[in-house]
Amino acid sequence: MSDSIILRTAVRLLAPLLGLLSLMFLLRGHNEPGGGFIGGLLAAGAVALLQLAEGCGAARRLLRVDPRTVLAAGLVTAVASALAGLAVGRSLLTGLWWDRPIPGIGKVSTVLLFDVGVYLVVVGAVLLIVLELAAEREGPC
Amino acid sequence: MLWLVLAPFAAAAVAPWLAARLKGRAGWLLALLPLVLFVRLMAFMPLEPGEAVSESLPWVPGLGVELAFRLDGLAAVFALLVTGIGALVVVYAGGYLGGDPRLGRFFAALLAFQGAMLGVVLADDLVTLFVFWELTSVTSYLLIGFDHEREGGRSAALKALLVTGAGGLALLAGLLLMTVAAGPLGVESLRLSDLAAVDLRGHALYPAILVLVLLGAASKSAQVPFHFWLPEAMAAPTPVSAYLHSATMVKAGVYLLARLHPQLGGTPSWQLVVGGLGAATMVVAAAMALGQRDLKRILAYSTVAVLGILTMLLGVGTTLAVKTAVVFLVAHALYKAALFMVAGNVDHETGTRDVTVLSGLRRALPWTAAAGLLAALSQAGAPPMFGFIGKELLYKAKLDLESGGWLVPVVVAANVVLVATALLVAVRPFWGPPRDTPRPPHEAPPSMLLGPLLLGVLGAVVGLFPGPFERALGSAAVSAVAGRTVAMDLELWHGVNLDALAVMALSLLTLGAGTAVYLGARRWLAPAARAVKLAGRAGPARGFEVLVDRLPGAAASLTALVPITRLRSAVLTALVVTVVLVGPPLLQAVGGADLGPRPESHDLVLAAVGLLAALLAVVVRSRLTAVAALGVTGLAVALLFALYSAPDLAMTQIAVETLSVILLVLVFVALPPVVRRSRGLTRVRDAVVALAVGGVMAAAVLATAVVRLEPEVARHYLEASVPAAFGRNVVNVILVDFRALDTLGEITVVAVAGLGVAALLAAGRSASRGDEGDR
Repeated sequence: MSDSIILRTAVRLLAPLLGLLSLMFLLRGHNEPGGGFIGGLLAAGAVALLQLAEGCGAARRLLRVDPRTVLAAGLVTAVASALAGLAVGRSLLTGLWWDRPIPGIGKVSTVLLFDVGVYLVVVGAVLLIVLELAAEREGPC
Repeated sequence: MLWLVLAPFAAAAVAPWLAARLKGRAGWLLALLPLVLFVRLMAFMPLEPGEAVSESLPWVPGLGVELAFRLDGLAAVFALLVTGIGALVVVYAGGYLGGDPRLGRFFAALLAFQGAMLGVVLADDLVTLFVFWELTSVTSYLLIGFDHEREGGRSAALKALLVTGAGGLALLAGLLLMTVAAGPLGVESLRLSDLAAVDLRGHALYPAILVLVLLGAASKSAQVPFHFWLPEAMAAPTPVSAYLHSATMVKAGVYLLARLHPQLGGTPSWQLVVGGLGAATMVVAAAMALGQRDLKRILAYSTVAVLGILTMLLGVGTTLAVKTAVVFLVAHALYKAALFMVAGNVDHETGTRDVTVLSGLRRALPWTAAAGLLAALSQAGAPPMFGFIGKELLYKAKLDLESGGWLVPVVVAANVVLVATALLVAVRPFWGPPRDTPRPPHEAPPSMLLGPLLLGVLGAVVGLFPGPFERALGSAAVSAVAGRTVAMDLELWHGVNLDALAVMALSLLTLGAGTAVYLGARRWLAPAARAVKLAGRAGPARGFEVLVDRLPGAAASLTALVPITRLRSAVLTALVVTVVLVGPPLLQAVGGADLGPRPESHDLVLAAVGLLAALLAVVVRSRLTAVAALGVTGLAVALLFALYSAPDLAMTQIAVETLSVILLVLVFVALPPVVRRSRGLTRVRDAVVALAVGGVMAAAVLATAVVRLEPEVARHYLEASVPAAFGRNVVNVILVDFRALDTLGEITVVAVAGLGVAALLAAGRSASRGDEGDR
């Protein structure tokens, strides 16, 4: 846990904003600047900042699940979206689009699902390393 | 036919669930599947010579690879053995491993193996064949290593995997060469049935194809000098030995030779190499079989001897020899699976497999004794068993040969050993006075009697009435191997003529000599065991062990050539090599390039900020300041990206910079305070290397601006992005749609890297904690 009140206060304000921003980047990435990779890095950055300010226990509580689970979920999501094409008789990784837009998200597709997978893998991998490194310093958390 | 091959894999998936609920009784239920497949296959009978049922499904159409299956006589013989004996083995395993908590895993591997084996014998496509071929190696590795907590089980499994796996690679090369050779001859196909139309025997690549295919077949079918893995594999539970190591997998090599016989066989080199290999294997294995005391090892060596006989017959390749090979193969599968199950019953119910200890078990295990007697008579080639017909044909085939007359005494000697070992395994433990065993003997449960009894009786029935077998598929199988229509004509009694009398005389001689050898067992068994043990020290098995033992040492001394003991020097070596190799060509490419318009003033400001921060990072004494300065350099670059309208790059750069700063801080706070370790010339050298690396990176960036790589690709992506992928952010569309397969690979690498770092950190922690504990 950091001694700096400035850092802790700033993170308390910044972390939720960064989280929201990362989701926004993920969802709009197909048309505007953004995407799963950047979104994932931002989300991981938010949790990493929280870890610096409040300790890795707080970071784990915010994450709720082990970073490994996030990582695995991401890979499974990406592979599932890749297989969706096969399931309808097209080739692997064919993008399938649902024609009815969902409010707030826009058009949904397996491509977006794939990007969600990328997002989760990035979040999982970065946080796995960050939290292990933090455990190196602070002891198991 | 596809479902025939895939069904066992599906059953393998549910097997653990069933076994957890029903324990050993799950065997009866799971055996229904191979039984259904067996019945389905029987419905294809009778197969006329030359008749075949095919089915195919596109797999990788771009490469012409199909899931192509074809059932002809040869495939049918093997498929029926695989499913029929498979059903009995599954039932048997339920009894043998009844209470074992790992039963589910065992059933899963066994059924998966069954699917793989069916795939091998039914495959018509070369790639399909190879994939299933390798699957049999993998599943058999799991089965041999079932007792993975014992060192013996693990090493035997690894040995089998390495030998058959290496052979599999040779086979792949051989199969590919076949297509390479056939292509210019007008057959652009991966199908075996299409390749059959091409005569490859005169082709320049023929010797290479022959050697490579033979390596694959010989390693799988345990031919000399690869024979050693099979007796080692007896570490597997007995149901595995009964299935894989007698009836099915080890015959895959024989199957392959039979399958390719029409395309490759019949040349003098084939006869010499394949026939010679089989003969050598037969002799070596027969000799080794006499020096064993373990029931299963005796059976293993006699199996190797029979595999040698089969290979030899295929090498000879006359019609009579091919006919004999088919009969011998079926007869052997029936009696050897039964004998293994008998040995398993004895082991299971008495606690030992040592023939010198076992005696007089016929009262305690009457049914097992009966099954053993039936199977032993068939192996010994006594009338009226199916094995008798096989041996008669074998002698006839040898006497028929004009130039192979010298082989007759050798073949007779090998068969004498088969007779003696049959009696040793299946008669000696049951007769004579009863003796004490580690466990009080009692009869095995019905699940463990069904298999050996049924197979033993079947050997007698087919021997007495070979007609239905011959008509249903025997002739078709022989025709498939011979490559032309041949009738089988099996008889138990050959009438009275000179040939038949000579064969009959040899048969009687074999039986008599074999019995005599068996009766003298008490005298020769111990010295023979010593001799075989002695010979084993110089055999190929020893060579293999030395090779595997020395390999890590050799690798270590090879890596010792490159100094990687210190991270700094390793990084220095890598960087200097990169600069030397990549620098000159890059400079040449960039030299005199148009660097574009003059930079704007705000660009210059940002560049200056980046440069200053970089200088600061070098000079400053505090690590935290250095990391922060590096972050500033990165942010300056990110802003430059933003100014040149690459917002995605800029955002990624910012996020990456932020995270690197966090990671570096986490790492650096754990390090001791900075001490100036290097001085003088070392620092000058480091500065020169650093500047050179920076220069090369700058040149690389410039080169991307100068060298236009395929402008059409970029234009295509820009144009297709909205209409084809419904996205205006081309960078993202490329990542998640156009090149999504690359991204899938990349995120897998990211995942593995993350797991690797975490594992290393955790391992380092537990190691240092262990050190503290020691202190």
